Amino acid sequence: MSFGLMRSALLRRTTAALLAGAALALTFAPAEAKTLRWARVGDALTLDPHSANEGPTSTLLHHVYETLVTRAVDGTLMPGLATEWNIDPLDPTVWVFKLREGVKFHDGAALTAEDVVASMERVRKETSDFKGLHSGVVGAEADGDYTVRIKMDGPSPLYVQNLTNFFIMDKDWIAANGVEMPQDRKNAEEKFTVRNANGTGPYKVTLRDPEVRTVLTYFDGHWDTKPDVTEIVYTPIKEAATRVAALLSGEVDFVQDVPVQDISRLLNTPGVAVTTGPENRSIFFGYDQGSDKLRSANTPDNPFKKPEVREAMALAMDRDAIMKVVMRGQSLPSGVAMPPFVNGWTPDLDAYPEPDYEKGKALLAEAGYPEGFSVDLNCPNDRYLNDEAICQAYVGMLGRIGIKANLVSQSRTLHFPLIQKFETDFYLLGWGVPTFDSAYVFDFLIHSPEGARGGWNATKYLNPEVDAMIKSLATEIDTNVRNSTVTKIWDQVQKDRVLLSVHNQLLAYATRDNIGIAVHPENQPKMTDVKFK
Amino acid sequence: MIAFILRRLVQSVLVMLVVSLVSFVMFRFVGDPIAAIVGQETSIADRETLREHLGLNDPVLMQFLGFIGRVVQGDFGISYRLQQPVMELILSRLPATLELALVSGVVAFVAGVALGVYTALNRRGVAAATIMSTSLIGVSLPTFLIGVLLIWVFAVELQWLPSFGRGETVTVGGWTTGFLTGSGRASLVLPVITLGLYQMTLIMRLVRAEMLEVLRTDYIKFARARGLSNRAVNFGHALKNTLVPVITIAGLQLGSIIAFAIITETVFQWPGVGALFINSVQFVDVPVMAAYLLLISFIFVVINLIVDLLYYVVDPRLRVDRASARH
Repeated sequence: MSFGLMRSALLRRTTAALLAGAALALTFAPAEAKTLRWARVGDALTLDPHSANEGPTSTLLHHVYETLVTRAVDGTLMPGLATEWNIDPLDPTVWVFKLREGVKFHDGAALTAEDVVASMERVRKETSDFKGLHSGVVGAEADGDYTVRIKMDGPSPLYVQNLTNFFIMDKDWIAANGVEMPQDRKNAEEKFTVRNANGTGPYKVTLRDPEVRTVLTYFDGHWDTKPDVTEIVYTPIKEAATRVAALLSGEVDFVQDVPVQDISRLLNTPGVAVTTGPENRSIFFGYDQGSDKLRSANTPDNPFKKPEVREAMALAMDRDAIMKVVMRGQSLPSGVAMPPFVNGWTPDLDAYPEPDYEKGKALLAEAGYPEGFSVDLNCPNDRYLNDEAICQAYVGMLGRIGIKANLVSQSRTLHFPLIQKFETDFYLLGWGVPTFDSAYVFDFLIHSPEGARGGWNATKYLNPEVDAMIKSLATEIDTNVRNSTVTKIWDQVQKDRVLLSVHNQLLAYATRDNIGIAVHPENQPKMTDVKFK
Repeated sequence: MIAFILRRLVQSVLVMLVVSLVSFVMFRFVGDPIAAIVGQETSIADRETLREHLGLNDPVLMQFLGFIGRVVQGDFGISYRLQQPVMELILSRLPATLELALVSGVVAFVAGVALGVYTALNRRGVAAATIMSTSLIGVSLPTFLIGVLLIWVFAVELQWLPSFGRGETVTVGGWTTGFLTGSGRASLVLPVITLGLYQMTLIMRLVRAEMLEVLRTDYIKFARARGLSNRAVNFGHALKNTLVPVITIAGLQLGSIIAFAIITETVFQWPGVGALFINSVQFVDVPVMAAYLLLISFIFVVINLIVDLLYYVVDPRLRVDRASARH
């Protein structure tokens, strides 16, 4: 108990010191170090910038390394290490980037075009997890110290959108540490880059204890204006209850992954603020409408092939009820499987019908299933906000029109392979759109499996006309033509009811109430944007 | 004696082999590592290449034999998830788990024996009755709930103790310890109670039951008749004779404390091997899971062996029986 008393005495003293500090800060310029203690559910997997294409890893790395272009909180592209970029007017297959001058790496080396070329080479290596985003690249070359030309295998008007997680490393540092390749998981030797970093970012890594604590301190040589936060202590806290408790007890300042059920209570807690905003991710159901027979249905044919059945299923979904009951208000119900940030989104596409169970039943009867049918519904239980509960709710709604869905909910490590191997009849999936363009949705979810496309199209939707239109998007340079093709594809996709959209997820950040932070649509908040009030 | 130890060692190796084989057969039900390793943009062909490269297409038996072959050479592979060598990763997490388990074990044993003796000697007292009924909570409440309750009361409401982590640690010869810092010791309190509560009530109830039994026996009555002091009878004769089964249980429980610290470690974000294992399961990090299960079976095997040897030392009858049986 004695240390308890000691601690509260210490707390009182610290509070007094903080108050004094705040008073000083009002009179003088804020010069003292300000620490932000940041907690979220998982740690970055590695410090290697090209080794894990995974949200939390990229989020942390954005503080240490920098990219040519960055994504603002409204989803638009902003200059990063590149100040200007354009397609070469003489050659539509070449992207030209003008680099920012006077940028330094943490070890003091200056950023030049050669560093970008070396990073481009590294990110395209066999063991890179980002190579899929750069598959159209033929090569990069430096044109003087501050211009980089990236040659593509064809016109690629959207390629710049793939660069928001392309981190730039120092060429000499790569060579000096022998880290030309990202980690190969078959090789038992650990790469230097897994726990060491040398970027141009606003913070340097001063301590890295994976899954325990990572400390980042402000890098004095950074080119941009000095942020409020000069030190970041990043702690993963896996258990939701503990994470919230750590915020309430004052042990952390910012909790990034707030459980939906705790939001309303946190809102009513003095000293704590909750900020919510839409995430660039939509949640939807898919069903196999291509096979002649389903694996799990009790019918000899495939009911999902019939348009009436698909319409009945859309009418059975009460999106508002899911929003109110399952999500406790923390979602944006939607009628199309793309978030509003995405190029191609319109309010008309996003409109959704009122549920109509009577009509749904009638449509089923019309399709030849007056008694309904039964089918398995595959659902993840550890990937999206309340994913399993969404499925449970929809199972109940389907029951009202006579479809008996048997819920099979399991971990994402079992769920996603079912979709990737096209071994599911009916499933829940969420899709984030990092390029903020419809083509990303079409390429993976709508196009039939072919090369890099169609890898997640477990609906087995096959429409050669749509496929051709999707392919044309990749190379079409005329924005107007391209946008009208996007509209045409969405109209066809909605008409064929390929995906049954549920909602877009909302993100919630909880902080101490003296901290201001905006929700980032890709859930990649930057601590340089944090303001102390 | 040496033959006995040798025989047990051979058995131990067999047990560990069987454990790893079973775990390898089970890994396929945990999921597909490739889905966890690569990002969503990865093409079907690239996934297949990586699967082939990591040998995940090989038959289970081949994967198992390959694993054993590498382990024999001291190569446990690299974590799919954290990209660090597995042995290094586990060894860096082991001190946290061992410190937590050891302190919980000691606290549970000392408190359990003390309370057990007290409740046995004062069967009709109000205090003993209260201890007995509250101990039911320790047995029946799930660890997870106890942990969250403790965090809520002592970290959020009273703010006496930290809610997560291990505090500041000091590295002594490759071993990170939390014993040497104030925040390290404060961080131990709640996880130790959470992890040790069940073991403590178990030991307490066991000691109490054994004591009550022993106190009824003739030699205790005889000791009292000889006019020995209460203290000598209770502690010199009764307690000593209850301890043999208690030590066995406590020893075996130490193994399960280490193995099942998983929940406590998860609730308190304790950076031990249990938390590492849970994260690895969610990522289907096969090399870490395989090494962890091998390590846990090794710990169980060693503890069993020590307990067996202790029997041999503590109980003279075992030696006599064995000696006479041989003639």
